[in-house]
Amino acid sequence: MEQSLNCLTEINGATMKLLKITAGWLEPLIKLIKGESPKQQLMIIGRGLIVPLLGIAVFLAIWQGTAPRIVTSLGAFPGPVQVWEQSVNLVTEHNEEREKAEAFYERQRVRNEKKLAKNPDAVVKIRSYTGKPTFLDQIVTSLVTVMTGFLLASAIAIPVGILIGLSPTLYGAINPLIQLFKPVSPLAWLPLVTMVVSAVYVSSDPMFSKSFITSMLTVLLCCLWPTMINTAVGVAGISKDLLNVSKVLSLGWWTHIFKIVLPSAIPMMFTGLRLSLGIAWMVLIAAEMLAQNPGLGKFVWDEFQNGSSNSLGRIMVAVLVIGFIGFVLDRLMLSLQKGASWDKSAVLR
Amino acid sequence: MTISHLELTDVCIDFPTPNGPFRALNHVNLNVDKGEFISLIGHSGCGKSTVLNIVAGLYQATQGGVVLDGKEVDQPGPERAVVFQNHSLLPWLSAYENVELAVKQVFKKRKTKSEMREWIEHNLQLVHMEHAMDKRPDEISGGMKQRVGIARALAMEPKVLLMDEPFGALDALTRAHLQDSLMEIHADLGNTVIMITHDVDEAVLLSDRIVMMTNGPAATIGDVLNIELDRPRERVSMSESEEYNHYRHEVLKFLYERQRNPADVEAEVVEDESKGGPELELIGKEDAA
Ligand SMILES: Nc1ncnc2c1ncn2[C@@H]1O[C@H](COP(=O)(O)OP(=O)(O)OP(=O)(O)O)[C@@H](O)[C@H]1O
Ligand SMILES: [Mg+2]
Repeated sequence: MEQSLNCLTEINGATMKLLKITAGWLEPLIKLIKGESPKQQLMIIGRGLIVPLLGIAVFLAIWQGTAPRIVTSLGAFPGPVQVWEQSVNLVTEHNEEREKAEAFYERQRVRNEKKLAKNPDAVVKIRSYTGKPTFLDQIVTSLVTVMTGFLLASAIAIPVGILIGLSPTLYGAINPLIQLFKPVSPLAWLPLVTMVVSAVYVSSDPMFSKSFITSMLTVLLCCLWPTMINTAVGVAGISKDLLNVSKVLSLGWWTHIFKIVLPSAIPMMFTGLRLSLGIAWMVLIAAEMLAQNPGLGKFVWDEFQNGSSNSLGRIMVAVLVIGFIGFVLDRLMLSLQKGASWDKSAVLR
Repeated sequence: MTISHLELTDVCIDFPTPNGPFRALNHVNLNVDKGEFISLIGHSGCGKSTVLNIVAGLYQATQGGVVLDGKEVDQPGPERAVVFQNHSLLPWLSAYENVELAVKQVFKKRKTKSEMREWIEHNLQLVHMEHAMDKRPDEISGGMKQRVGIARALAMEPKVLLMDEPFGALDALTRAHLQDSLMEIHADLGNTVIMITHDVDEAVLLSDRIVMMTNGPAATIGDVLNIELDRPRERVSMSESEEYNHYRHEVLKFLYERQRNPADVEAEVVEDESKGGPELELIGKEDAA
């Protein structure tokens, strides 16, 4: 008993930070359970938990009330209950698919063992399971694609942003291009990227699938700009006094960049990164839908084409999951931003 | 002829403005000996910071130039350390790290790691900041920040220490305290110091010479006052000394009689016009009447 309590407090300590990011009300709740100034904690929970919960409850009620009245060719619009059922279904389907896959590999292993027992020199084939990707698989695919595109874009945008922030001439040269490409919709890039990828990325044993490269590049092209612009603005806005300090110390170029320029640009840089990640997530879903590339977007599109009576409910599950993942990604960036920012007085939300 | 430690020869500077070049400084000549403590005093906007920035190498004189130990000053460098008016510490580094950045740069190959550590701590001790070494600028008071700024400059072992109103933003008590620290440090280390100030008492108390500047544009050195008070100087007994008050009076006379603040003169014109007072003959008065 005591041990499990200890364990509980340990988990509290470790996860407290993460919880704070996603849900401010959990901390007072845990404190309340521990018995720390209960009145105050209740007040905080009331403000932090009850009010948002009320909002959600009202939303659900309106949804439940209006949904049956919207009748589509695929039946009535799904209400919260149907959506919940579908989400359970999706998870069940996923588990079933996993079991099938395991069974397949088990059979294959047994078969190969038998073969080898008969003839030790026999060449055994190992095939991978080719089942239909489930909803959860699609989520993972989308997450991997978005993070790859986002990280690559950041790796390009931050150095370029620093360079154009340092040199007004370079800024003058590149700024028109940024302004031109920034408002371009991902859907316009997509055909070009697809064609270029299929022409250039030819390999007999590709490490990544073409569809992955296409989605990832489209994401990259769209989320370069906010990071680049914000980094440049941050770098260009370094206080003149700090630049003078650097000059008086005669800092070398690299020291100047790493000790003065980068740290002072970090708050702006993270603002850009957060914007970029938000855009990346939105762009990815659209690109997957349009290009039929694996991911959540394809899931939505397939369900739409499928047109069964459950489809709308399943799409609604996807919509909510997309929203939730977007929210979590933003919170993660926010906590990174808070961790990296030296200006603790700045209010970040 | 002996060559001085630091020479400003015929320094003029023009700033480019939309209406053509603006001459901020005109023919500034000054020789400073090693170990001397010089104060620059003058009304706001006359060009004190500009002089300091030229010596620091942050601005280039349009005409004339600065020579330090026989070498022309053409760029900023750590042998001319600057204490900026608003401390200019890097906000993301602790007090220790701020000094460390300077020390690492200046003593790159000359000191070992432990020697550097000792040197940084020593300099923070000089300004009595050893207790808050690991605090960041936003966690310490204005006076403490300014002290770290001074420690950073001292740690560079500069030939010349340049200070732009180092205590300008501080309350009177903190300021007095830091002035005493600065006098001690100067007595110990014998740095050459050029300090800008608005405070007459500060100038007289600390300086060997007070350089008084005329109003701009085209400001220049109006007068130089030698302060021959014995060191160490003690603030309280000084305030009773006749000599001290004589010097103080001289500076005040220069500032408020010979070089009136341009802003005050304008204000008086307006005041007199509204009262219609007869004391001063002013242009434009007839129009008002
Ligand atoms: N970079 C610049 N470009 C144009 N004009 C400048 C520049 N720097 C200073 N000036 C002008 O030169 C004059 C002197 O400025 P400076 O900053 O040296 O005054 P100061 O004596 O230090 O004033 P304060 O006591 O208020 O700090 C001012 O009229 C100012 O407008
Ligand atoms: Mg100034």
